[in-house]
Amino acid sequence: MMTVLLLAEHTNDALNPATGKALSAARKLGGDIHVLVAGHNCRTAAEAAAQLSGVAKVLVADAPQLAHGLAEETAALIVPLMASYDTLVAPATASGKNVCPRVAAALDVMQISDITNVVSADTFERPIYAGNAIQIVQSPEAKRVVTVRTSAFPSAAEDGSASIEETTPPPAVGLSSFEKAELTTSDRPELASARIVVSGGRGLQSSENFKKFLEPVADRLGAALGASRAAVDAGFVPNDMQVGQTGKVVAPELYLAVGISGAIQHLAGMKDSKVIVAINKDGEAPIFQVADYGLVADLFQALPELEAELKKAGH
Amino acid sequence: MKILVPVKRVVDYNVKIRVRPGGSGIDLANVKMSMNPFDEIAVEEAVRIKEKGGASEIIAVSIGPAKAQETIRTALAIGADRGIHIETPDGALVEPLAVAKLLKSVVDAEKPDLVILGKQAIDDDCNQTGQMLAGLLGWPQGTFASKVVLDEGSVHVTREVDGGLETLKLKMPAVVTTDLRLNEPRYPSLPNIMKAKKKPLETKKPDDFGVDITPRLKVQNITEPATRKAGVRVDSVAELVEKLKTEAGVL
Repeated sequence: MMTVLLLAEHTNDALNPATGKALSAARKLGGDIHVLVAGHNCRTAAEAAAQLSGVAKVLVADAPQLAHGLAEETAALIVPLMASYDTLVAPATASGKNVCPRVAAALDVMQISDITNVVSADTFERPIYAGNAIQIVQSPEAKRVVTVRTSAFPSAAEDGSASIEETTPPPAVGLSSFEKAELTTSDRPELASARIVVSGGRGLQSSENFKKFLEPVADRLGAALGASRAAVDAGFVPNDMQVGQTGKVVAPELYLAVGISGAIQHLAGMKDSKVIVAINKDGEAPIFQVADYGLVADLFQALPELEAELKKAGH
Repeated sequence: MKILVPVKRVVDYNVKIRVRPGGSGIDLANVKMSMNPFDEIAVEEAVRIKEKGGASEIIAVSIGPAKAQETIRTALAIGADRGIHIETPDGALVEPLAVAKLLKSVVDAEKPDLVILGKQAIDDDCNQTGQMLAGLLGWPQGTFASKVVLDEGSVHVTREVDGGLETLKLKMPAVVTTDLRLNEPRYPSLPNIMKAKKKPLETKKPDDFGVDITPRLKVQNITEPATRKAGVRVDSVAELVEKLKTEAGVL
C-alpha cells in the first residue's frame, strides 16, 4: 500500500494551518499518511499534528539544527526517510518551496509544484503562466514530491489521535546557519487562510494611507491585510503582504481590492476568491473584469464611507 | 571570485498567453519573449557585486533553443563577461531537474563561488531549479533573496518568507535565488548592447555533458482556466455593502 510523508509547516510551538490543508490534498492520494514534524522543542506542534483527521502517525525529528527549517538540514533528514515512502507532500509555503526541490533532486525525481487538484495518485492539476493555463501532469516515477497550493484545499478536521514517534535526525550538515528573523507581528488573521482579505495597491500612495484608510476597514471586517506588488515595491507595506503569482495565493470568501489595477500577476494570486470587490477610480482598470462588484470611486472618499457603513451595519 | 548566472528565455511578462485549442499547449508563435524577470534581477545583482569589487568574472548560461542566445546577449549587455549556451531542440520542454543537472556540469567545469538565479520562471512557475542545483552540488542555498551581503568565505542572505524576512549565513560556494525586492535591474545602454555582441559566447549541447533531458513528467493536457465573469457596477458604498450582505451573503 502507498504511504505518504507529509512535511508539517510549524513554528515549533504551533502548527500552521497550511499543514491541515496540505493534508486534505494528501488524503486524496489514498494510502497511509505520516506527518513529519522537523524542528527543535517542537512537541507542541507534533501534538497538534496528531489531532489532524486522517493521520496514521506523527514522526518527530527534534534537533537544534532543525529549529529554523534550514533547507540543507531538513532535506538531509527527509531524503533517507523517503526509502519508506512513495510520496512526499508539503504545503507550497516559503519553507515547503525551499526544502522540497532539494529533496526531489536527491531522489532524482521531478517535483510537481503547487498542485490545485489531485486527479489520481500520480496525476495532478497545477496552474502555469500565472494561472492563465492549467496543466494536467502525470508522474510515472517511482517516488513523487508534490507541493500543494493550500488555498485550493479545505482544512482538515481535528478529531484524530495519531501516535507520535521519535525519529533520530542525521548529524548536522553545517553549511548554513540562521542569523535573525524580522517577522511582521499582527493581531489580524493570517493572510493565507483569512475569510476576508482587504488589499491595497499603488493607489493608496503611502504607508500612512494604508494605516489611515485601509486598516480601519480591515479592522471592521476582521480581515487580513494584503497588497499588490506595486505597493510592496514602493515600500508602503512589508513583503509578506504581497498577493500574486510569486507572492501569496489566497482564496477567501471576500477579497476587497482597493486602488489595485489588476495586473495578471496580481490576479493570479486572488482570482479564485469567492466574491471579489474592486474599488478603483479608473473604470477601465482590469481588476473590474474579475470583480463581482465594482465601484468606480476615489478610494480616499470611498474607504471612510465604507468604514462608516460597516459600522452602521454592526461590524 | 566567479559568479555563474543562469538565465531563461520566457514569454514576456506583459503578454497575455493563449492556450491552443485541443489541450496541446501554449501558442508561442509571434509572441514577445524576454529574459525571465527574476533572472534579470540575478544578473543585476551579480553585476553590482562585481562593480563593488566582489567578483572578477560573471558567466551567463542559458539552456534553450537557438534564440536563447538573445537572452544571453541581454545578460552580457547588463554586464556579464561571457556566455555559455546549451542548445536544446526548438520546442523541447526541459524540466527543472534536467536544467539543474546541466548547470551542475557547468559548475563542475567553471568552479564559480556563487550561483545566482531567479527563484522561479514565470512560464512553468515551478520554483525548483536553484534548490535542485544546490542539492545536487551539496551546496547551501539562500532562496527568495531580498538582500545579499558577501563576507569572508560566506554570504549573508536575507530571504522573503511567509511571515516577513529571515537572514541566513551560508558557507561559500552557495546558490542564491532572487526575489523581487533584491534590486531594480538597469536598462542596458546602447554602447553596452553593442559591446555585448563582441563578448565570447560558447555553444554546447546537453550530450556534451552526458545529461538526458527527456522529461520525467507527462503533460496530459493544458487548458484555459475557468473564466470569471465580470460582475456588476455599484453606484455607491451603501449599495455595495447592501449587496454584499443580501446578495453575496459574505458580510
